[in-house]
Amino acid sequence: MAKRLGSQTIVLDKQPVILSGAGIVGKKEGDGPLARYFDDVVDDEYVGEKTFEAAESRILRDTYIKALEKSGKSAKDINIILSGDLLNQCTAASYAFRDVDIPYLGLFGACSTMSESLAIAAMLIDSGSVDYAVCAASSHFCSAERQFRYPLEFGSQRTPTAQWTVTGAGAVILGKEGQGPRITCITPGKIIDEGIKDANNMGAAMAPAAFDTIRSHLIDTGRNVDDFDMILTGDLGKFGSTMLRDLLKRNNIDLKDKHKDCGLLIFDIEKQGVDCGGSGCGCSAVVLSTYILNLFMQGTIKRLLFVATGALLSPTRIQQGETIPGIAHAVLIEA
Amino acid sequence: MLSIRQRGVEALKRQLSKHEYQKLVDEKAPGSHYVRNIIAAFITGGAICSVGQIIMMVLKNFGADKETTASATSIIMVFIGAFLTGINIYDEIGKFGGAGASVPITGFSNSIVSPAMEFKKEGHVMGVGAKMFLIAGPVLVYGIFASVVAGLFYFIWKQVM
Amino acid sequence: MSEIIRAFLLGGCICIIGQILIDFTKITPARIMVIFVVTGVVLGIFGLYQPLIDWGGAGATVPLLGFGNVLAKGVMKEVDETGLLGVFTGGVKAAAAGITAAITFGYIMAIISKPRIKR
Repeated sequence: MAKRLGSQTIVLDKQPVILSGAGIVGKKEGDGPLARYFDDVVDDEYVGEKTFEAAESRILRDTYIKALEKSGKSAKDINIILSGDLLNQCTAASYAFRDVDIPYLGLFGACSTMSESLAIAAMLIDSGSVDYAVCAASSHFCSAERQFRYPLEFGSQRTPTAQWTVTGAGAVILGKEGQGPRITCITPGKIIDEGIKDANNMGAAMAPAAFDTIRSHLIDTGRNVDDFDMILTGDLGKFGSTMLRDLLKRNNIDLKDKHKDCGLLIFDIEKQGVDCGGSGCGCSAVVLSTYILNLFMQGTIKRLLFVATGALLSPTRIQQGETIPGIAHAVLIEA
Repeated sequence: MLSIRQRGVEALKRQLSKHEYQKLVDEKAPGSHYVRNIIAAFITGGAICSVGQIIMMVLKNFGADKETTASATSIIMVFIGAFLTGINIYDEIGKFGGAGASVPITGFSNSIVSPAMEFKKEGHVMGVGAKMFLIAGPVLVYGIFASVVAGLFYFIWKQVM
Repeated sequence: MSEIIRAFLLGGCICIIGQILIDFTKITPARIMVIFVVTGVVLGIFGLYQPLIDWGGAGATVPLLGFGNVLAKGVMKEVDETGLLGVFTGGVKAAAAGITAAITFGYIMAIISKPRIKR
């Protein structure tokens, strides 16, 4: 049985295994530094579908199929799918999985969805209620723009703290046994709102949440930064990462060279004109399911703290003058 | 275990208040490239207005009177804005020129055409029809309302004087 | 030629004001457009905008300030001609060309083209 450690952390007993992972991305992401790790790059933002929303569902479903193939399992082995996205009512995920005939739990954790799904799936497997689970998340630049910002063809400038929503989906197959890195420990995050109102500065809104979760994890487990090969945040971007380092430094925690951010890994922010980096559920999902799993396979990293971050805002609440609550969930992955 | 707990309690003391954090963010956030943006806005806005001037001069040459010239120029400028939006170019102009692209009437046109295109998938009535004025609607609401207020003042002023 | 240069200079300068508002105050483009039109109406009703048009031509009429000026001029003209009723008819009447063109071309473009991703 799993047991609780400190105030927030859960240590898993059975340690579920990440059997495989897959990631499919759009063209811009395919032109980025991680190009060779992706399973597929779709050139057409519609992916042959009629709408951007349908395109996102299509990418998510294809990613799930790819991950399943790589795991050597069949759909019959899967007991549950845990997935989510950024669209209203999580429709990218629910439409992606409406025909797969597998129990499904829809999640909303904004851009933190991937670590939320990993955390819940790991606990389900640990408890013995599930043998194999799919964890997946997606985002699409175009469907996110029209929901959160302006129409695509509207001629506006992006502010320097803005981030670029990743077009892509990541999926992993989590199992009770097999070969692969293991999820050993989970620290679900608290909602932290430090009063940021600028929807074009999500990095700043999410950094305090990442800070809080990382600090809680370190306190609960008694570990320090040197115990990890990498601390990987979801989509803080360039500015959010600066704020995270600053906040941790004030608490005498120095990240040194251990910190990486999925939003900074997936794009070359100088050359690709994405301002502060990538964002979206797909961002951390894709980077974890492809590049990071590859690092584990090669033995480059052995212990990773995956802290996907989310900004729990809606356009409605922002227009009403509300501030942006942030969240971050930590999942410890060990070889 | 206890020592960890104690460290936890110690660390949980807030190091920064909300207000201090926002101040820190404002301080550290990267600023816009002000000079570059202003030059780009000047060039873009200037170029668009020059096109308008050329159209006006051509119309005048054809012998159009003052009012016809003004109306026809704005119709043609609106068309240019709509056309460049339709062929997926106006957003690039906006990305480069900022306010230089949104302040001229071509930008007004772009703000009507872009949501119309975007929401076509939601149907002709609730999509194109309803969302067309998503961004430009306020311009008309406040512009026309301001004209009514202005007209009322003018009317009263005329009675009094 | 000098007319074109003047239009360029004036139009460019008006856009600089908009850019400064965007960059220094975080006002969104949609709000900038509203501010410009309303300011145009105010300038127009006091006759302060006409000198700019006389000097810069399209440099003054093409920016949204000019659209506001058209609304103001229109409402004044109608009030002169029809009295109180003109308060309600003048603005839209004068702006009819721009608004109708935007709706017409907007609809046509929505039918024949679709949005693409920004590169």
